Amino acid sequence: MAHQSSYVPKTGFTRWLDQRLPIIRLVNDSFVTYPTPRNLNFWYVFGGILAVMLVVQIVSGIVLSMHYVPNADLAFGSVEQRIMREVNYGWLLRYIHANGASMFFLAVYVHIFRGLYYGSYKAPREILWILGVFIYLLMMATAFFGYVLPWGQMSFWGATVITSLFSAIDQVIPNLGTAITHWLWGDFAVGDATLNRFFSLHYLLPFVIAGVVGLHIWALHVPGNNNPLGIDVKGPQDTVPFHPFYTVKDGFYMVLFFIVFLGFVFYAPNFFGNPDNYIQANPLVTPPDIVPEWYLLPFYAMLRAIPSKLIGVLVLVGSLLTLLVVPWLDTSKVRSCRFRPLMKQLFWVFVADCLLLGYVGSQTADAAWHFGEAELPLVWLARLGTLYYFGFFWVLMPWIGKKEVTRPLPESIAQSVLAKGGH
Amino acid sequence: MKRSLLALLALTVPAFAAEDLTQPLAPQKQAWSFDGVTGAYDRGALQRGFQIYKEVCAACHSLNMVAFHDLAAPGGPGFTEAQAKVIAASYKIPAEPNDRGEIFDEKGNRLTRPGILADHFPPPFANEQAARASNGGALPPDLSLIVKARQGGPDYVYSIITGFNQKPPRGFAVQEGKYYNPYFAGRNISMPPPLNQGSVTFSDGTPPTVANEAKAVVTFLSWASEPQLEARHRLGMQVLAFLVLVAGLLFLSYRKIWHGKPEDEGVAHDLPGSPTEKAEVGDPDTLSGG
Repeated sequence: MAHQSSYVPKTGFTRWLDQRLPIIRLVNDSFVTYPTPRNLNFWYVFGGILAVMLVVQIVSGIVLSMHYVPNADLAFGSVEQRIMREVNYGWLLRYIHANGASMFFLAVYVHIFRGLYYGSYKAPREILWILGVFIYLLMMATAFFGYVLPWGQMSFWGATVITSLFSAIDQVIPNLGTAITHWLWGDFAVGDATLNRFFSLHYLLPFVIAGVVGLHIWALHVPGNNNPLGIDVKGPQDTVPFHPFYTVKDGFYMVLFFIVFLGFVFYAPNFFGNPDNYIQANPLVTPPDIVPEWYLLPFYAMLRAIPSKLIGVLVLVGSLLTLLVVPWLDTSKVRSCRFRPLMKQLFWVFVADCLLLGYVGSQTADAAWHFGEAELPLVWLARLGTLYYFGFFWVLMPWIGKKEVTRPLPESIAQSVLAKGGH
Repeated sequence: MKRSLLALLALTVPAFAAEDLTQPLAPQKQAWSFDGVTGAYDRGALQRGFQIYKEVCAACHSLNMVAFHDLAAPGGPGFTEAQAKVIAASYKIPAEPNDRGEIFDEKGNRLTRPGILADHFPPPFANEQAARASNGGALPPDLSLIVKARQGGPDYVYSIITGFNQKPPRGFAVQEGKYYNPYFAGRNISMPPPLNQGSVTFSDGTPPTVANEAKAVVTFLSWASEPQLEARHRLGMQVLAFLVLVAGLLFLSYRKIWHGKPEDEGVAHDLPGSPTEKAEVGDPDTLSGG
C-alpha cells in the first residue's frame, strides 16, 4: 500500500505469519490504519454499501440456486412454486435477491455520479475509474442474465429483445448478426439452451465482479481517496485512520440503507418488478409493452430514439464506452465541481438528463406529452436527451475544462475543515 | 393551495380528454384487509372466497400452485387440518397406476382417487386445447398468481369481476360471444359475468351481494398469490425495529468518535486526529460507543 505500514505483530504466531503471509498486515494497512481524507461526506458511503450488497447478492443467490431449476419447462415453477411457497424463507431470499439488484444499482448510480461530481476519475485515478466502469458493465450483464432466470413473460421477451440487438450487424455484414444471435441463443430462438447458459453466466459473473472489485480497491488504495475538495492530501493532518472514523460512519449509513432496502423487501417487494413476469414465458404471446428493469431504462430510451437499429445499437454501446474515456475528456485542472461553477450546473443538467431518459424509456414507444392541442412525442425528448448525454462528455467536458474560470482552491483539507468549525 | 389545484385538475382533465374506448379504465380503488404494513388477510373473507373459487371460478380456472395443505397453513384461510382433509377428499385426483399398471377402467375412463393434503387443486380441463374448446377459443388463466400478475393487483381483479352490466358506449362494438368490460384491455372479455346476487350461500350469514362476493374471492386470490404475506409483514417489523435500534447505537458511536463525548454538547470540538488532539485517536475511551 501507498502509506508506511504501522503494523507490529504482537504474538509469536503473528510474527511467524507476518514473515510468511503478511495478510494481517494487509488488512490492517488497508482497512484499519489506511489514511483517509478527513472531509469525506455522505456521498462517499456508497462504496462500502456496494461491497456489502455484492456479498448479499452472492450469498442469497447461491442459496437460491440450490432450489432453482434452469429448465424452460420447470424454471418458472421452481421459482414461483418451490422457492416462493415451499422452501423455508424462500420468499425472503427471492425478494432480497430481486430487490437487492435494484438497490445495488441505486447505490452504484449514486457512486458513479459522486465520482463525476468530485472529479474522482482524474489523474492519478484513471485506472480506478475504468475498473469501476468495467464493474458497472459486468453488473448490467449479470442483472440481465438474472432477470431472465424466473422465465416469466418479461424475462423471455427481454432476453429476446436484447439478444436480437446483435442481429443489427446484418446491416453491415449480411447474416453475420443473425449467426451471432443464434450462437448466443444456442438455438434458433430463445429457449432452453439460452436459459441454461444464462444461468451459468449469471452464476459466474458475480465472482468476476468480486475480482474486479478487488482491483478497484487496490487501485483506490494506491493514490488514496479523492475527497469533496478534490485537492491532494498534503500530510497526516489531512487524514484520519479508516478505522474507527470511516468504519463507524459507513456502518451507520449502511444500516440506514438497509432499512430502506429491507423496507422494500418486506413491505413493497414487487415495487420494482413488472406484473407480466408473474406470467410464465410464452413464446407465442408477446406482451403489449416490453420494458427492461428501471436501471437500464435510460439506455433503452437512447436505443429507441434512433430509427435505424444499427445506429441505435451503436449509440447504446457508445454511451457506455464513452464512460471509459471520461478521464481524458475532462481537460480541467480542478477536480471537484465545488470549484467549477459552470461544470457544476452542467453536471446537474446531466443528472436530470439521465432521469428524463429513464422516464422516456419507461413509456411506450409512441407515447407523447399533450399541451392542449399540441403534442410532443417523447421520442423527441429521447433524442434531445441522447444529444445532451453525448454532448456533455464529448463537447462540454473538453471545452468547459479549458474555458471555465474556477474558484480558488483551499490550501489544504485540514485548513478547509478547521475553517468550517470541525465538520 | 396545492390540493385545490389538484382538485381543479381532476375536474378539468376528463372534460378535455374524450374517452379512448380502446384503453381500459383505471381499476376501482378498494380498501383491503391486507393493505399496509400491518395488513393481514381477513380470515372470514378467505373462507368465503375459497367457497366462491370452489363453486364458481373453479369451473373454468385452475389454481395449480395451491395445495390442499395450504388451506390449513398459518396465514391462510384458517381451516383445521381435519377440514382441509375433508376438502381434499371431495376432489377427484387422477390416480397413480394400480397394481396391474392401469390408469383407465374397462370403459376407458380415467381412474381417480380422493385428494389428500399433499395434492394440489386439480385443473378443470385436461389441457389448454380442451380449455379453449370449452370457452369459445379463450383460455381462462390459472389463478395461482393472478393478483400479482396484473397491473393494479387486487383492485384490478375486483374491477374485472364486478365490471360487467355496464352499457357499452355508443359506437363501441361488442364482439360476437364476448362481453363488455371497461376494465379489461380492449374492453371485450370472453369471461361471462362470474358473480351474481346470491351466486353462493355463505354459511356465516354474510349477504351474498356481488360486492361481498367479489371482495371475498379477491382476498382469497390475493392469499393464493402471496401466501406468505402475513409472515412477511410480521418479520419485517422485527427486522426493521432491530435495524432502527442498531442505527441509533451506531449514530451515537459515530457522534462520539467524530465529535468527542456527547455530554460535552455545545462545546465546539476539534476533530480528533488534528495536531492538538492526535493523542486521543488511539484512546480506547474514544473508540467505544456512546
